[in-house]
Amino acid sequence: MSAGPHYTLYHPRWHRRRVSVWWWLQKRSYTWFVLRELTSVFVAFVAMVYLWQLRALAQGPDAYAQFLARLRTPFFLTLDTVAFLFVLFHAITWFNLTPKAIVVRARGKRVPDWVIVGSNYAAWLVASAVVALVLLRG
Amino acid sequence: MAFSIALTVTRYRPEREAVPTFQTYDIPFRKDWVVLDGLNHIKDTLDGSLSFRWSCRMGVCGSCGMKVNGTPTLTCAAFLSDYLPGPVRVEPLDYFPVVRDLVVDLSDFMRKLKRVKPWIIRDHEKPPAEGEYLQTPEQLDTYKPFSMCINCMLCYSACPIYGLEPSFIGPAAIALAQRYNMDSRDQGAAERLKILSEHDGIWQCTFVGECTKVCPKHVDPAGAIQQYKLTSATRWVMSLLLPWSAR
Amino acid sequence: MERITPLLWLLFSTGGTVAALLLPVHLFLTGLAFPLGWFDAPSYESVVRLMARPLVRLYLFVIIALPLFHWAHRFRYTLYDGLQLKHLTALIAILCYGAAVLGTAVTAYLLWTI
Repeated sequence: MSAGPHYTLYHPRWHRRRVSVWWWLQKRSYTWFVLRELTSVFVAFVAMVYLWQLRALAQGPDAYAQFLARLRTPFFLTLDTVAFLFVLFHAITWFNLTPKAIVVRARGKRVPDWVIVGSNYAAWLVASAVVALVLLRG
Repeated sequence: MAFSIALTVTRYRPEREAVPTFQTYDIPFRKDWVVLDGLNHIKDTLDGSLSFRWSCRMGVCGSCGMKVNGTPTLTCAAFLSDYLPGPVRVEPLDYFPVVRDLVVDLSDFMRKLKRVKPWIIRDHEKPPAEGEYLQTPEQLDTYKPFSMCINCMLCYSACPIYGLEPSFIGPAAIALAQRYNMDSRDQGAAERLKILSEHDGIWQCTFVGECTKVCPKHVDPAGAIQQYKLTSATRWVMSLLLPWSAR
Repeated sequence: MERITPLLWLLFSTGGTVAALLLPVHLFLTGLAFPLGWFDAPSYESVVRLMARPLVRLYLFVIIALPLFHWAHRFRYTLYDGLQLKHLTALIAILCYGAAVLGTAVTAYLLWTI
């Protein structure tokens, strides 16, 4: 090819393949990736539930009782179960990927991945225990 | 023990077809053969018109990257015995324009590689009389994995973001930028930061992680990108809090 | 937009960490355990008592606002990449971050006035 770079850039006979809008269904790892990204929707859902709870609290004990009653309906129980699974998926993938982003060096060597992952899960356990204690003791 | 295995290979001859097609060849099965040996057998004995790139046939040059059964692989490292009973589908790498058969055009990557300045940048070069730059094994360890990149482009072919957004600078380019950023002899981190913080730089990456999965040299470009996001974000916060410290 | 991308990514990361560490237990209790009667939900009075402490209000702000920003950043890229809505990139960004800002503002207002 003795022609200049601009010509070769737009060479008409090279075949350029278009990426389908269903690209994320074509490979299993891509599908899991999109599911992982969609966990953010359920994360936002949990935040909204708490926002709703705050609003109910602001309106008084009747509104709060109504809020609790609404959460007992089958619709919300199903939605909350699905959301819980997605939020768990978020937590597990998040903790497993942390060592890629956070590299800790100790005594000249890189701290092994399982230490970082393990500390994440340990922190998760501790945080959950503290929250549960506060909410269950009343 | 199989006697032959079928290779279904993409053919694209722009002088006579508008879109790529497939052609199947039956090649002898040898348990020590890799897909590249199969392709060479086809070219030598069955169909001399098949075009593909290869060079070292031992996994260090990065020339023979192709999709084997849908996964970007070095064909010199893909043993036919792993794909029994076949057929084995061999296609050109995704997301690059196909020039002919299994050959793709890589100039997009070459341009991006140059943009990240993959060389040691120093404010002042040490004159040779002063001796060499010294580096401890620990300092080498911080960037060594990123230096193993052989520019085989399997990571670009695996990255859906590169497919959806061709302007994305891509995993290998960022990993190579990191290789120099983390080199103790280099002083060009600020220069590279400007380039990598652009719209089509590191922030396009959504950590799919496919690049690291397919990398044959264990470079871990996904890790390089996430680490760089953290460094870049930290620098950004520092520049807000301490605006007078020009880095 | 480019200049605040590091900030948006930091909000996404801290939001993701908060969501991963704290939201599972909160959703389990509030969404499943309490409604199903496995444990007694805290009474209105005990919640009000808890919320009298400013630290609790700050905690609630953190577990609502940061996950919203985590969603905004991640969902924006999911729409942009997943549905290839490149031509709507500015609109998507405004809607996502705007919603997060709105949610944060409402939360802050409620936590200030209750």
